[in-house]
Amino acid sequence: MHSRHLSPLSRALLSLVVGVALLAASGFTGELRNYQGAQVAVYLVAIASIILLTGYSGQISLGHGAIMAIGGYGAALSFTLWNFPFEIALLFGVLVGTVGGFILGVAAARLSGPYLAGTTLALAVGLPSIADQFHLLGGEQGLNFDIGDPPRWVVRLEGSDFTQYKWFFWIATVVALIALWAITNLLHSSYGRNWRAGRNNSVAAGLAGINVAKGKVLAFTVSSALASLAGALFALLLGLVTPTAFPLSLSFAIVTGAVLAGVGNLAGSIVGGVVLVAIPEISGALTTHLGDSQKVSANLPGLVMSALLILVVLFMPNGLRIRKFKRAKKTT
Amino acid sequence: MKSGLEVQDFSVDYGAIRAIRDLSFHIVPGELVAVIGSNGSGKSTLIRALSGLIAPKQGSASWNGISILGKKPEDLVRQGIVHVSEGKSVIPELTVSENLALGGLWRKDKLDVAIATQESLAIFPVLASRLNQRADSLSGGERQMLAIARALISRPQLLLLDEPSLGLAPLIIEQIFVAISHLQNQFGLTVLLVEQNAVSALKIADRGLILNLGELVKAGTPADLIADPELRTAYLGF
Amino acid sequence: MFIDTLLIGISSGAIYSLMALALVLVWRSTRVVNFAQSGQAVLSTYIGYEISVSTHNYWISLPLAILVGAILGSLVDLLFMRLLMGRANSGPIAEIAPVIATLGLLGLIQSFVGLIWGNAFLHYASPLSGKGFSFGTHTIPFSPQNLFIVVASAVVLAIFGAIFKYTDLGLALRASSFQPEIAQLAGVRVSRVRNIGWAFAGSAGAVAGAVITPTSTLSPNSLDLLFVSGFIAAVIGGLDSLVGAVIGGLVLGVGFAFILQYIGGSVTFLVGFIILMAVLLARPRGIFGHKVNRRA
Repeated sequence: MHSRHLSPLSRALLSLVVGVALLAASGFTGELRNYQGAQVAVYLVAIASIILLTGYSGQISLGHGAIMAIGGYGAALSFTLWNFPFEIALLFGVLVGTVGGFILGVAAARLSGPYLAGTTLALAVGLPSIADQFHLLGGEQGLNFDIGDPPRWVVRLEGSDFTQYKWFFWIATVVALIALWAITNLLHSSYGRNWRAGRNNSVAAGLAGINVAKGKVLAFTVSSALASLAGALFALLLGLVTPTAFPLSLSFAIVTGAVLAGVGNLAGSIVGGVVLVAIPEISGALTTHLGDSQKVSANLPGLVMSALLILVVLFMPNGLRIRKFKRAKKTT
Repeated sequence: MKSGLEVQDFSVDYGAIRAIRDLSFHIVPGELVAVIGSNGSGKSTLIRALSGLIAPKQGSASWNGISILGKKPEDLVRQGIVHVSEGKSVIPELTVSENLALGGLWRKDKLDVAIATQESLAIFPVLASRLNQRADSLSGGERQMLAIARALISRPQLLLLDEPSLGLAPLIIEQIFVAISHLQNQFGLTVLLVEQNAVSALKIADRGLILNLGELVKAGTPADLIADPELRTAYLGF
Repeated sequence: MFIDTLLIGISSGAIYSLMALALVLVWRSTRVVNFAQSGQAVLSTYIGYEISVSTHNYWISLPLAILVGAILGSLVDLLFMRLLMGRANSGPIAEIAPVIATLGLLGLIQSFVGLIWGNAFLHYASPLSGKGFSFGTHTIPFSPQNLFIVVASAVVLAIFGAIFKYTDLGLALRASSFQPEIAQLAGVRVSRVRNIGWAFAGSAGAVAGAVITPTSTLSPNSLDLLFVSGFIAAVIGGLDSLVGAVIGGLVLGVGFAFILQYIGGSVTFLVGFIILMAVLLARPRGIFGHKVNRRA
């Protein structure tokens, strides 16, 4: 990963350059591409949350869609109920998700492998239905999170043709870059090293004085913060949150993205995000070629995604990368 | 073609380490040979390679002229080679009688399985009174006896025993070694016995092989080995 | 009212038990939670549906669906799991590779089913009535089909129980799951026995799919929630224990029925999650799980 040898400052500069380049590029692409770009950024953050959890701390979650729901609902609730500006609403969503993630993480640290997978799976199926039960959360209709048109300063800066989708793209990109930058720094800190030590050999790490359980709780909490951020952004792109907006398939999709990215490689989350957005697009094009049957259009994306997932697990366990992961030996 | 166990230029890796290096030896049918060595001498790796659990890097091994390499343990059992692995190799969740039955599952001659079971129980009578107990309720010595009894029900010709004395009290070790010696004398079994406990093993063995860091140091009769003062202090520990 | 709810709970609990049993059988033989189980079950149910449409006979389609389920289970092990176990066994993906791969297989099977049969809801009809039994003027929600579900599940569980307890195959299955290496050294053909475990699991899942589907509809995802319930039941029971799977399934089925009756349908899985959490925090290996440390 490119930032491995960089100082925090140069990492920040790199993020800034990439960000400005991406934002500038958004001026030359169409509406759809801008929206898809925003989706990539959201998936990227969600995938990074899984990579952090699985790749760096050895825990698995099939329920991060539920944590995204917590973030989305937290943001939308503060937006509609207290009229928070959307920036603060996003942060509020992250706050709620982080607290929820901490509580889950305390329990998760005691569970291993399939037990953790099963528990988080039950959470993914069960949690979104809470919203049905509480009037405050809007029931089946959900909650509004329509942040409206771009603010005036942006329009003044960029011209009157600055659209809402472009604005979404800007928000998602900037937030995703900040999140990635923060996480990269965290992973290079002593916390990150302790997580890896705990994942690779919990007994040895324990003997070396590293509190493995505490590290796992922290990893789950930070991962939840990221997931809830992704959920809040996801809600922002949709303009609302509903119980059905965070289905089990979302949880599976981000895990899939993480595997395609290579679960040990944070930078790969970009690849994962692009693939998650690109596959339905490519399948759509293929379907048109295959005669536009409803059966094909409904099932081809799933087929391609699943086949890709299996092939990657079997033949490219480090993810879809062209360059070999040379440092794998040194870091593990 | 040689009868018995013929091992030639045998090398086996344990992870990244060469645990057995260019080892050659021969055991004639009916012989009881003890392989003596300390921890890390490679003796367990040797026995695991002979029973098909791991593949050797090079060399050959045959039993009565038929190569035993590249075969799975379950196939070698059918060829008469049975390995009793280290550390009381029984299944704790199963009862004593189920553990015994396991040794005869693959055999078609169910009458002989019944006979073999009776014979095994006659050798280790303590098991007969515990048939319906779970194996994890047995003492260490009883578990070792159960492991050997199960192997006998497979009607082995060559018995590979990995440290049967491990973790047992001296009195129990004595009992088990007497039983092993009895198997050789009464049933004509060929036995390869891997042991750290040189005193007990050499007492019943026809010949001993001393292994150090994967290489053969010396082979000979127990009397020859014990007579060598250098060997005694360096490898035999008495 | 109480009895009605209890009966419905037992009927769905029986199905959860079957699904849990399928998961436990695979877990015991390969130490893998087979997320593709609901996909395999849905595929065998579609084939059962197809047979019942062409023969107009549910009773012919049922055993054939079970057979297909067994074959599918065996094929998944032979063509897929063995390849997976030989690869993807190092690096950060190793721990999650089985979960991911079986999830991938689930997606593959479901998309394949969707491609063939479409995603519309189909009706796999059984000749038994789905209307509740009546006692005078009182009609209970428990129907002849529910009764059949309970009986069929009980028969299947009894057959598996007898095989495990009293036959040579059962002994080989248990030995291979507890200590594969020792079983191998005793002459048991462990990989063949494992494959039979997968076939058994596939058939248990197929029974679940073929007897529950007449009470609702058939679609590529129609057994997903059943899988989640079965999984919760299996984990509550300890993943390792056949008895635990059955008890876990019944407890969950009855529990869900009462929640549905007295609290409301939408929170059932949330309560399932809370029960699961509570059980696992008290006993991290489930209620009937073995505490012994296993060799990997």
